[in-house]
This record gives sequence, structure tokens and C-alpha cells, in this order.
Amino acid sequence: MLTQFTTWDIVRNLLEGGKWTLLLSLLAFFLGGVTGLIIVLLRISPNRFLRVIAKVWIELFQGTPLLMQLFIVFFGLSLLGWDVSAWTAAAIGLTLFTSAYLAEIWRGCIEAIPSGQWEASASLAFSPLQQMRYVILPQALRIAIPPTVGFSVQVVKGTAVTSIIGFTELTKSGTMIANATFEPFMVFGLVATAYFCLCYPLSVYARHLERKYHVAC
Amino acid sequence: MAYEFEFAPVLEYTDLLLKGAFFTIALTAVGAVFGIGLGIIGAVCRAWRLQPFAALFAVYVELIRNTPFLVQLFFIFFGLPSLGIHIGEWEAAVLAMVINLGAYSTEIIRAGIASVPKGQLEAAASLAMNRYESFRYVVLRPALQTVWPALTSQVIIVMLGSAVCSQIATEELTFAANFIQSRNFRAFETYFITTAIYFAIAIMIRQLMLAIGKRYISGRLS
Repeated sequence: MLTQFTTWDIVRNLLEGGKWTLLLSLLAFFLGGVTGLIIVLLRISPNRFLRVIAKVWIELFQGTPLLMQLFIVFFGLSLLGWDVSAWTAAAIGLTLFTSAYLAEIWRGCIEAIPSGQWEASASLAFSPLQQMRYVILPQALRIAIPPTVGFSVQVVKGTAVTSIIGFTELTKSGTMIANATFEPFMVFGLVATAYFCLCYPLSVYARHLERKYHVAC
Repeated sequence: MAYEFEFAPVLEYTDLLLKGAFFTIALTAVGAVFGIGLGIIGAVCRAWRLQPFAALFAVYVELIRNTPFLVQLFFIFFGLPSLGIHIGEWEAAVLAMVINLGAYSTEIIRAGIASVPKGQLEAAASLAMNRYESFRYVVLRPALQTVWPALTSQVIIVMLGSAVCSQIATEELTFAANFIQSRNFRAFETYFITTAIYFAIAIMIRQLMLAIGKRYISGRLS
């Protein structure tokens, strides 16, 4: 059966895929942020064993392709007897990926806080947890915001790779529509435009924040 | 019944994996050389405000940095033929990697050039260096030296990103892995070993770039 696709049909289908790209990005960024916070706390903990675990975690996820991480999550979880959908695997894979990068970014920000701040708060009888909570984190957070916003662009772009494990987001929608309409130039042009519309504002905002806080982290 | 891991069915295909790894490294090497070359040109155009190239490079950098590599690859491989430009999967993969790395290294090297103090150029002029000499020895070299770690990370990111080139049937490491797991039905083990190979390549590239940086960028002028 041959169906004629109007430009509006193409755009409508792409927007439907774009919705999932947006959802996946938000979820991965949020869960990745939570996981990343745990990892960064392990990374700077006084316990050497915990530090090594966090370091290995970061090195592993930064040193291997996102596509392989997704494959391993996808096939690995099904070996454990879980019936994972492409959506679940994509969300877990991207969360792990995001957590490693965010942890590394935040470690830099925490270490940028002069050690005198730790010492001063220790001399005020703050417990290590209190020092972190009331003295270090509030300052680190300030310098962490621009690079964190900047990294969110990488998360959005990373969602494109999940199309390969069969998650129907923007890129997958684009591939399917390109196959159906035989207009790959226009379709992938539109897909690229959609990603650009998602990412460019984030990039600009990150740059703006960087200038505003006037710090490099 | 618990699953039993079997790595032997993967290791039967060691030659395929090594071949794939070789092509991934070759792709990365070509992509890195031309990508960084393009980055130097772009950075100079932007730093010296050579119009209209500076504006063109600014647009190019934003376009590439705000779209996924996979979509760039699809656009080149599937999109360009409808304009009458036919390219094979290897050319498409290399082109996409060069274009992608070119954009990031333009931005990285530009930051390096901006970090060279103006006094250095004046000093070079006072030593009767011509424009080319002062650019090569006083601007480019220290700039590359400053940003070399950032460039190294970017080359590794591009190498890892090249895994998606398997989607247009470029026969690199992931392509080999996909083929092997379709034969031995050991998807997890196959991708596990492939991931380990990628990790090893990433470490290798880091060491190699470090050595190149030491030998040719930070080394003494000869």
C-alpha cells in the first residue's frame, strides 16, 4: 500500500519522536544527576576503597562507547531474567553514562574550593558531613552550574544513540520516515534542526552562565 | 537455570575483532589528523577575525556541536546522494568524523590561541620574526601545548563515537561485534569483549597523544 506523506505528516511524526527524546533526556539528566552526586561523594570520600570504586566507575563509562554501554545493559539485564524494553535499557544506559561525566565535572568543582574552607569549617567543629553540606557544596554548586548546563547538551545528543537499540525517539523516527518517503535529505535535515532547537538554547545559556559567574571549572 | 557465560564462542572470532579494532583506529587516526588540521584553520580564522571565514566557522561550530554525530552521519550518508553526491560508507564515516572533530577542535584551539599573551607577539616582532614564524613558534605551538589535554579527550570521544558508524555498514569494531553476535548468539559476551577492546584503544590513544605532545608540541625547537 502506498501512502503519500505530506510535509505536515513528516513533521508531526518527528515531533512525536522528539517528545520521547525530550522525556529521555530529562529522565537521564535527573537520574544521572542523582547517581552522579553519589559517585562524586564516593570519589572524594576519605575511604580509599570507595574512592577507587568511584574512579573505576568514571573511567569505565568515560572510556567506552555509549553504544556499547547500551548494548551491555540491554543484553545483560535480559540475561538476568528481566524483560527489558528498549526504553528501560535506554534510560538506564544513559543514566549511567550521565552520572560518570557529571561526577567528574563536579569533582573538579569541589576540588576548586580552597582547602582553607575545609579547615576553617573543621575548626568551627563542623562534622565532615556538615562541612560538605553548609560550606563546600554551596560554593561548589555555584561554579558547577555552567558546565552542568553545558553537559546537558551531550545528554540530549546522546539520546540519538538509543535509536540503535530500537528506542523510537527522534532519530529513529527520522530513519523510519526517511525509508518510507525516500526523502532522506529533507528528513534528516529536519531531524538535525530539531536537535539544534533543543541543544542550541542550552549551549547559549551555559555560555551566558559562564560569563556571569566568570569562572572556569 | 542460571545463565552460563561462555566467552569461547567470541574468541573464535578474534581475527575479526582485531580487524575491526584496526579499522576503528585507522578511522580515528585519519579523522584526528584532518579534524585537528581543520580545527587549526578554523581557530586561526576566528581568532584573527578573517571575514567571511570567521563567520562561516562560527556557524559551522554551532551547527555541529548542537546536533548528534549519528544524525550528521545519516545526513551525509543518506542525505547527500539525493543531491547527486554519492559517497561510500568509509568516505561518509571519515567525512563525518573530520567534520565533527573539526568543529570541536576549532573551539578548543581558539581558546588556546586566545590564551597567548599579546606581549609574546610583540616580542616575536622585536626579534624580527616574520608573520609566519611568529605564528608557528609563538602562537600555535604554545596554544596547542595549552589545549593538548582537551584535544586528547576530544579525539577519544570521537573514537568512541565512531561506534555508531556501524549503522551505515562501515566495517569497524562495532560492525564486527554485531556480525559476531549474530553468528554465535552470545550478544552479552561479544559486546563485553568489544567494550574492553574500546577501553584499551582509549587508553592507547591517551598514551599516544601524550607522547606526541611531549615529543612534538612541548619538545625543544629543533
